[in-house]
Amino acid sequence: MNLKDVLSEKRSAILKRWFDVIVETYPADTAVFLKNQKDRFANPVGATISQGIENIFDELLQGGDIGRVSPFLDNIVRIRAVQDFTPSGALTFIFNLKKVIREELESEADKTPILKDLTALESRIDDLALLSFNIYMQCREKLYDIRANEVKSRTFRLLQRANLICDIEDQEQEPDSEDNKLINIKRKEAAQ
Amino acid sequence: MATKLPKPDELAKIDFTPPETGWMDTPVEIKPGMFCWGAKAKNLRAVEFPNARDWSPAEEDWKLPGEWEGTVLEAMADRLSKYRSFKLFMDICVRCGACADKCHFFIGSGDPKNMPVLRAELMRSVYRKYFTTPGKVLGKLAGARELTYDVLKEWWYYFYQCTECRRCSVFCPYGIDTAEITMMGREFTNLLGLNTDWIAGPVANCYMKGNHLGLEPHTIKSSIEFFLDDIETVTGIKIEPTFNRKGAEILFVTPSGDLFADPGTYTAMGYLMLFHELGLDYTWSTYASEGGNFGYFTSNEMAKRLNSKIYAEAKRLGVKWIIGGECGHMWRVLNQYMDTWNGPADFLEVPKSPITGTVFENAKSTKMVHITEFTADLIKNGKLKLDPSRNDHLKVTYHDSCNTARGMGLLEEPRYVIKSVCNNFYEMPENTIREQTFCCGSGTGLNASENMDLRMKGGFPRANAVKYVRDKHGVNMLANICAIDRATLKASMEYWVPDVTVCGTHELVANALVMKGEKERTQDLRLETLPGKEGN
Repeated sequence: MNLKDVLSEKRSAILKRWFDVIVETYPADTAVFLKNQKDRFANPVGATISQGIENIFDELLQGGDIGRVSPFLDNIVRIRAVQDFTPSGALTFIFNLKKVIREELESEADKTPILKDLTALESRIDDLALLSFNIYMQCREKLYDIRANEVKSRTFRLLQRANLICDIEDQEQEPDSEDNKLINIKRKEAAQ
Repeated sequence: MATKLPKPDELAKIDFTPPETGWMDTPVEIKPGMFCWGAKAKNLRAVEFPNARDWSPAEEDWKLPGEWEGTVLEAMADRLSKYRSFKLFMDICVRCGACADKCHFFIGSGDPKNMPVLRAELMRSVYRKYFTTPGKVLGKLAGARELTYDVLKEWWYYFYQCTECRRCSVFCPYGIDTAEITMMGREFTNLLGLNTDWIAGPVANCYMKGNHLGLEPHTIKSSIEFFLDDIETVTGIKIEPTFNRKGAEILFVTPSGDLFADPGTYTAMGYLMLFHELGLDYTWSTYASEGGNFGYFTSNEMAKRLNSKIYAEAKRLGVKWIIGGECGHMWRVLNQYMDTWNGPADFLEVPKSPITGTVFENAKSTKMVHITEFTADLIKNGKLKLDPSRNDHLKVTYHDSCNTARGMGLLEEPRYVIKSVCNNFYEMPENTIREQTFCCGSGTGLNASENMDLRMKGGFPRANAVKYVRDKHGVNMLANICAIDRATLKASMEYWVPDVTVCGTHELVANALVMKGEKERTQDLRLETLPGKEGN
């Protein structure tokens, strides 16, 4: 049996164990909720993690382009990037998978045939971690963008009203169109 | 978020195990990204709030006044005797846990102190210690604890992580309104000058100038005139609204957010176009220029003072009744509190639509009608010519604002209006809409920018449902009837579901509205070209 077959056989056990390890990074009361509430709208965090790790695991086994895992990783990392975790705490769930797989393989009598493949798989998991780091940073940067954009959109209308903004007209697009003339006249009047 | 740079040895401490101590023994940690900046002294002084001083929640020392414990406990005793609901809510919770997992902040953050039962327990524990015999005698055994500096900080941190959305109350078998416990928490902290500036600033501005931003009359007028220019560009129709006009039949009041922040501005254009088309005898006021009431997030008295301004203006102008714009908490204030504070408004008449003759019996006492009730009635009576195909490029879903849904039961009218002006409408899952709607995550004055982490966590359950209808039906527009929603769901969508845009309901109405004498529409109110009109 090669590694892929072994892991396919142990798929549900690995996913259950991986899910449990992830929810244990939350406080005990929260972990109970994340595990037990099965409605995906009442428990979007638990549902996203559960669905996400299934997809990630299956893609890993398929062994295709690592980039295909990105949307599934994004769903989970996007949540953990705003929760009360340090950056390492937010991403530790990727590394947990290695431990979970090794523990599940403990019972295998003869590990020799799968060892080589296991090393390769673990190296792919490392790639996942690197990918997650990119996603994590994108999420954090997005938060700062949103903050900056909010301030801009709050003040733009005010600056416009105070006549502190003068739009440069695109010369290729009829600067003297009736509509533009009308708007400019009105804006000048309003500012007086 | 202005964090201190950790030292290498601090970074090296890697431990992902959550604390195992009980909640009482887990001290609060005030985390950046989770709180709004402290209220500035000048804003508290403007409304004669006590203990005004500049302070920062990020500092150890909150510069509390001497005898602060006494101030809080006296206030608690006072409110317990004054409000029977507060006393009941302190006593009757059996900690069944039905509310525990219903809060968007708990669901999104995973912080157990955001479970409504535990958030309330932060206050109940102190109540037990000072106001119940078992608590006095048995202390911690009876779930009681002293009011300490740390406890006060914990109150402040978590009572400003509740949007008073009341979703938890829907599930409470005793009907405990946890929002009212948060309100009390905010009243008590407010007595110590511990408010946030995002709330205190708008309160001071609203009290002094009539709206949150402190826009003066000429600024409000010129702001609306900008909209008129855009409306003329889109429709070819010149609209001339009136301001502070005595003798008008109707006073129109809307959140000032609609006047300065996109996409609320497009909603404001919608109101202007609708009223013009009807030839409605109405006026804007540059004094009662705020539908929102941030006073409601500080103290009962302040909320009352701000609410009274709308009615004082209605009296001064001699109008018959009031139409209110698309706002959230404005309607909870009006529907549940106004009548007790400043009502009944007997100097006004029971609202009667001059277009359809419909009498709004539900507003018999407050004399104020929600604009979606008004518009739904117009559509029902065939008074509007609509071309919903102009919105065919949109696949719309509707977010029930907590306050209009749970605070006044306004569930059908907005849906009826949207379905009349859009051909593609899709509901989000049942347990995320109507009475069970999830909060936007930024209500009750939590819509600042410095607490963006908190807002994103709280906004996740709502965004998750939006994402579902986006994936399933291709939804690309999230409609609502609340100014705070319009501002904050925009940010939430940007983070969680980037290809969904946010709009007010009357923006959709105005885009579909066929106006007398209009030119062929080639643009929508955002001045974006309508599909199929590219060549024009």
